[in-house]
Amino acid sequence: MNIVVCVKQVPDTETTRTLKSDDRTLDRAAADGVLNELDEYAVEEALRIKEAHGGEVTVLTMGPDKATDTIRKALSMGADKAVHLTDEALVGSDALQTSYAIQQVLGRTGFDLVVLGSESTDARTGVLAAMLAERLGVPQLSLANKVEIDGSSIRVQRQTDYGYDKVEATLPAVVSVVEKINEPRYPSFKGIMAAKKKPFETLGIADAGIDAAQVGLANAATEVVDFAEAPPRERGQIVKDEGEGGVAAAEFLASKKFI
Amino acid sequence: MAEILVLVDHLDGEVKKVTLELLTLARRHGEPAAVWVGPGYAAAKDKLAEYGAAKVYEAADEELTSYVVAPKAELLAQLVADGSPAAVLVPATAEGKEVAGRLAVKIGSGVLTDVVDVADGFTGEHSIFGGSVIAHAKVKTGLPIIAVRPNAVSPQPAPATPVEEQVSVTLSDAAKAAKIVERVVQEKGDRPELTEAAVVVSGGRGVGGAENFKIIEDLADSLGAAVGASRAATDAGWYPHQFQVGQTGKTVSPQLYIAVGISGAIQHRAGMQTSKTIVAINKDPEAPIFELVDYGVVGDLFQVAPQLTEEIKKRK
Ligand SMILES: Cc1cc2nc3c(=O)[nH]c(=O)nc-3n(C[C@H](O)[C@H](O)[C@H](O)COP(=O)(O)OP(=O)(O)OC[C@H]3O[C@@H](n4cnc5c(N)ncnc54)[C@H](O)[C@@H]3O)c2cc1C
Ligand SMILES: Nc1ncnc2c1ncn2[C@@H]1O[C@H](COP(=O)(O)O)[C@@H](O)[C@H]1O
Repeated sequence: MNIVVCVKQVPDTETTRTLKSDDRTLDRAAADGVLNELDEYAVEEALRIKEAHGGEVTVLTMGPDKATDTIRKALSMGADKAVHLTDEALVGSDALQTSYAIQQVLGRTGFDLVVLGSESTDARTGVLAAMLAERLGVPQLSLANKVEIDGSSIRVQRQTDYGYDKVEATLPAVVSVVEKINEPRYPSFKGIMAAKKKPFETLGIADAGIDAAQVGLANAATEVVDFAEAPPRERGQIVKDEGEGGVAAAEFLASKKFI
Repeated sequence: MAEILVLVDHLDGEVKKVTLELLTLARRHGEPAAVWVGPGYAAAKDKLAEYGAAKVYEAADEELTSYVVAPKAELLAQLVADGSPAAVLVPATAEGKEVAGRLAVKIGSGVLTDVVDVADGFTGEHSIFGGSVIAHAKVKTGLPIIAVRPNAVSPQPAPATPVEEQVSVTLSDAAKAAKIVERVVQEKGDRPELTEAAVVVSGGRGVGGAENFKIIEDLADSLGAAVGASRAATDAGWYPHQFQVGQTGKTVSPQLYIAVGISGAIQHRAGMQTSKTIVAINKDPEAPIFELVDYGVVGDLFQVAPQLTEEIKKRK
């Protein structure tokens, strides 16, 4: 099975993240780039599917040069090869454009299964799986907390607001996974060494047949018009429990008319 | 006034509060037209009228809710093509955002996700990076498709008599590619819905086990509140995942949020920091949750929470 897993490099959530004042895009230099935590579950699920059904796992990322670190991490977890789409023309692309660009790359790699995380922790749009399925005309099996494959049929449990839906489809398909699905493995030393020798293809937009007029900040369908730091919350009153902490909290709730 | 399409969020005919919020928001910018998908409109009719739906498009065909997301996007794309709405509003739930994404591809429009307010010219306000930055964004290409966070605006009634129109769609094969063969609705019990509740009491790793969640439930019940949980608690299987609050759980914005045994990691804060009043009980005075609180008690939750519950009951 030809499995492509889409991963994104994002600024580390634990660092201070901001936008750049000139073009109001993500300030990637200000924070350490890491593999989007939610994509680790996608890589893990792709590897498990390969282990159970055979085939090959390709890591696909669109992002700046330094996103190679992120790709290496996915390779050291056990993916077989990587495709890195990187081009100045892509800078500032929004979700609609990213889905177009990734669709073009998928046209080159081919796929039986595309696996994504549920959202990227920086943009938090959570739309890419839906957009890709729409563009590719294949089943959208998103927000899966369980995936089962049998020949060309695939069943997932889709996590919902009220519980879950059982969903059935036929491959090829786009799957996105939630963090409840598995426990991502850590790269082993052997995995880290092996990753250095795995096939790694770097593509520019021309290589992938991407139309420059459909990507990049100037052509984006959305624009950030301004941004500012949120005003900090005023620090409230903090008491130490000396046996009456619950009563004191009730007192506070009463003063705010909650009781 | 131009029409603004509002995708109704409902579970088997029970209208979610976010729908009323979207109708309220839509009224500020045009004429709200509710888009109903699936069976059950009759029971919801009065509610949509009460909150100002000038029009209702009713697409009752059960087929539209038998496949993952795609039929809803196809329906909206048809309504966009047949009418000339000024914008499309959907709830920024996981599913709402997916509908928005597919619609954006279909009609070649930009999409704003996770908006907390909509100003003139359909400028969306976003609270990003776990609430540390406020950004404003606009759709430059096509029709604004905007996914609005639940609990971002307060719903206001404005009774109207909606013009009703039945609509049908012939679904493409692609829209029928992912079939829902079973819908499992996990019991929420008698408590209010998490994302709609005025008061939420959440428990975290400090609660220490599934059986101890009784302490959280008792406190919640004394206040008529919903129960929430941190990811540590849902991952451990102490509480079902649909009660998780945070980045990969639900976003809540109640009048009062009480965090019990929760450290306040940025991913948890992303789902609750717009709560109006925040109270925490935690034994670690350095816990980051205390940076957010209006009132905090440093202490053992097994002492403080039951005492608080008792005191609330006494004062009733
Ligand atoms: C991509 C990603 C997405 C995530 N999404 C979410 C999400 O949606 N929601 C979420 O909550 N987390 C999320 N997380 C996880 C988050 O980073 C934290 O790990 C999690 O919120 C911690 O939960 P906690 O506060 O219950 O546990 P801990 O951080 O372990 O905190 C437990 C707290 O309980 C206190 N405590 C212990 N015993 C007692 C006692 N007897 N009395 C009083 N206090 C006590 C401790 O002092 C401590 O502060 C996400 C993480 C990632 C990487
Ligand atoms: N630039 C990118 N390159 C590759 N995959 C991506 C990229 N952006 C997003 N993804 C994938 O799409 C998922 C959802 O992202 P988003 O829609 O941005 O929240 C992520 O978890 C990734 O799997």
